[in-house]
Amino acid sequence: MKYEERLQNVTVLGAAGKMGSGILLLTAVEMADLSLLPENKTKTFVLNAVDVSDEALHGLMGYLRTQVRKLAEKKTVLLRKLYADRADLIENYHIIDEYIFDVMNIVRPVNALEVAYNSHLVFEAIKEDPALKVKIFTQIKNNSNVDPWFFTNTSSIPITELDVKAELGGKVIGFHFYNPPAVQKLVEVIRANGTLDEVNEFAMTYAKKLRKVVVPSNDYAGFIGNGHFMRDALYGMQEAQRLSVQFGGFVQGVYAINKVTQDFLIRPMGIFQLIDYVGVEVCSYIMSVMNPYLENEDLHSDLLDKMVAQGITGGQYSSGTQKDGFLKYEKGRPVAIWDVDAKKYIDIAGFAAEVDNQLGAMPTSWKPWKAINFSGTKAATLETIFTEMSTMTNLGASLSKAYNKRSNEIGHLLNDSNVANSTDDVNTVMLTGFYHAYGPINNYLK
Amino acid sequence: MKPYKKVYMYGGYNTISLGTGRKEFNPKVARPGIEHYIKEAGQAVLAQIGGAANVDDGVIGNFMAARFNNQANLPGFLPMIDEGLSMKYGTSVEGACGSGGLALQTGIRNILAGSDVTLALGFEVQNTVKAIYGADILAGAGWYQKRKEGHAYFFPGQFSDRAGAYFAKYGKENARKGMSRWFANAMINARLDPTAQEYHNTMPNPYEACLAAEPNGRAFVENLNYFDCSKVSDGASGIAVCSEEGLKKMGVDKSEAVEIVSFVQSVRDITKDPTDLTELEAIKYCANKALEEAGITVHQLSTAEVHDCFSIAGILTVEALGLAAPGKGCDYVAEGNTARDGIMPINTSGGLIGWGHPTGGTGVHQAVTIWQQLTGKAGDYQVEIHKDRPYGMTINMGGDDVTISAIVYKRG
Repeated sequence: MKYEERLQNVTVLGAAGKMGSGILLLTAVEMADLSLLPENKTKTFVLNAVDVSDEALHGLMGYLRTQVRKLAEKKTVLLRKLYADRADLIENYHIIDEYIFDVMNIVRPVNALEVAYNSHLVFEAIKEDPALKVKIFTQIKNNSNVDPWFFTNTSSIPITELDVKAELGGKVIGFHFYNPPAVQKLVEVIRANGTLDEVNEFAMTYAKKLRKVVVPSNDYAGFIGNGHFMRDALYGMQEAQRLSVQFGGFVQGVYAINKVTQDFLIRPMGIFQLIDYVGVEVCSYIMSVMNPYLENEDLHSDLLDKMVAQGITGGQYSSGTQKDGFLKYEKGRPVAIWDVDAKKYIDIAGFAAEVDNQLGAMPTSWKPWKAINFSGTKAATLETIFTEMSTMTNLGASLSKAYNKRSNEIGHLLNDSNVANSTDDVNTVMLTGFYHAYGPINNYLK
Repeated sequence: MKPYKKVYMYGGYNTISLGTGRKEFNPKVARPGIEHYIKEAGQAVLAQIGGAANVDDGVIGNFMAARFNNQANLPGFLPMIDEGLSMKYGTSVEGACGSGGLALQTGIRNILAGSDVTLALGFEVQNTVKAIYGADILAGAGWYQKRKEGHAYFFPGQFSDRAGAYFAKYGKENARKGMSRWFANAMINARLDPTAQEYHNTMPNPYEACLAAEPNGRAFVENLNYFDCSKVSDGASGIAVCSEEGLKKMGVDKSEAVEIVSFVQSVRDITKDPTDLTELEAIKYCANKALEEAGITVHQLSTAEVHDCFSIAGILTVEALGLAAPGKGCDYVAEGNTARDGIMPINTSGGLIGWGHPTGGTGVHQAVTIWQQLTGKAGDYQVEIHKDRPYGMTINMGGDDVTISAIVYKRG
């Protein structure tokens, strides 16, 4: 079956979710672009957007329309060529409007799983629950009218386990996008032990057409991305709890570590904001999925469990705005921190100055992540800042050095334990999937 | 034509040219509308000429308010500027990016027809739509029958083709050097004029940046990079066109004004492709006729304002004026001759690439700059006006070498 034939009938499961909606968008656009090629103009392309929530599907179509317009506006030069034979489409806006229609016209929003029975490709982006995934894969496979391939967006479950339990015969592959899929360049591709070569080849072609950076990860729970993030987060939480004693309060510890990770270490967001972004509950769940597979290591956080039990989940609303987690947000900015003992948010303004004072000054050459990450002189700037920080002895600099050291250890662990094929792959994942300005394997901080 | 009686211009004013590059510009925040720009420019001119009572009539140059702002019937905005213009003669003119030049030409003709003072304005407010849709609107300056086969960015596409033909005929390397120097001159000059869109520009080395930016035909056009192009701008300019009697009424000494030595307007058939992509034939005809009618050679100009909607258009205009032979305009520019300290400073307040290109306002902005330069009012961007060559010139273009205005000035 040729590439475009496989893409003639596709289903995305969990299509209205945070990851599913991005996968749906990218796939819909790829299918529409195929459908516009002269040789495909008589073929019909169908993309089923399956989700349990009608309300979310309703929102999905609005999201899709907005996003397709943005994409179309960026590639109008190409679209004018694709619609060259349409005499009625003259101005850019005629062409852009037609393209939006053509993409939307491929998508069938629906809450019934049965539509997947005719799909050659099933993209799964549902809840990170191994039993649920196996159940749905099995149902589709047993009822399918065709011979479907399964692409799973799992960020933690070993693909081999899904393959074996759902008896997919190697017609499955891990295809892990990063959030948001339409923006983040990275895709981690994970072959199960039995994944067929042709499935892998298709995955590579598909990733290339989507202009993604592919990093192959070996089939260990959590892969490279969560392998680093979950351990990094666990360390951050442990450090925050340790500092709580010194600072005389939990919120001060969280604030300090969030500031160290975001500001001192020049990351796009602090570790607690990142946990909130992914979701407090999701992080807790991912750790619980990964932990049974890990030897000599307990990847588990009582703190996360406690937060979830207190109803603090993080994550995002369907509009994309951030829900409160460790941090409480106003207009996207953290304003307060959840106190697990007092069970309420405490305003940051009340203690920030005191903690800042204890952490001490940042290097004089310091610049924020935003000013560095997209600059052509990134490496030199980081070198200057971290060289200066290496000579500093204040609490902030000391915590940063220790944090960077731990991140570095995690990077090596992933390489040494064969999760990643190289330390470069670990760095690439952090650079392109997490938008870090530098990878965990670095010589910056001494 | 050479005016049969004395015609002057005085009291020029420019609003800022608002768009990317200006610190005030934020695409997500609501911006002033056309009313603001017309009023600001109009009232600022009136304040310099003793008020609306001295004005006999008004003319507004604008290209596409009908689409950018869903607004037509522009003469109706003249009395909005000042009640004193109510019930007076007013008109609007359109010739694409040459609309401002047409407003000046109309003003001159009003004076020759017996008026003493015409308020001439030009404006465009284009940031109402994203550039990709703005390209549709601006494509109206070309023949609509050709739109389908044109580029998504229609006009950059047209001038990219001209640049490509120029590269093929005369060599790309030299051409790119000239085009990059053109851009650098524009930035250097614009940084001296607080109303310029690139006034806040801080690029450390604009010449190298432009030279290094390889055009990307997948995202934009084949032979031009973004630096080669004027930007999307909101802005207005105004100036009073007047007779000797008009100056007296205003109480202005003629030495504070510029006198119109000659004015020519020429149009080329919009339905026909240019005969030679490496030549701007209508500009060549119109500009040289203006020089001829003025009885001077190009070398008697101390400065000129030319229509550099794209760097290649600036180079081709240098050649059309006879400052350099065909194919040598790029070298003439690269050698620094058109820089502010060169033999022939061109576009001394930044031109379309540096000052900005609010399309319908550009022609008037050019006249304001020449008035400022010839009367010593150009402030930080003042260049030397040589005693033995006291003339200045404006060349304004609508479309791809279609609707051209050329005017020769000297101090009154």
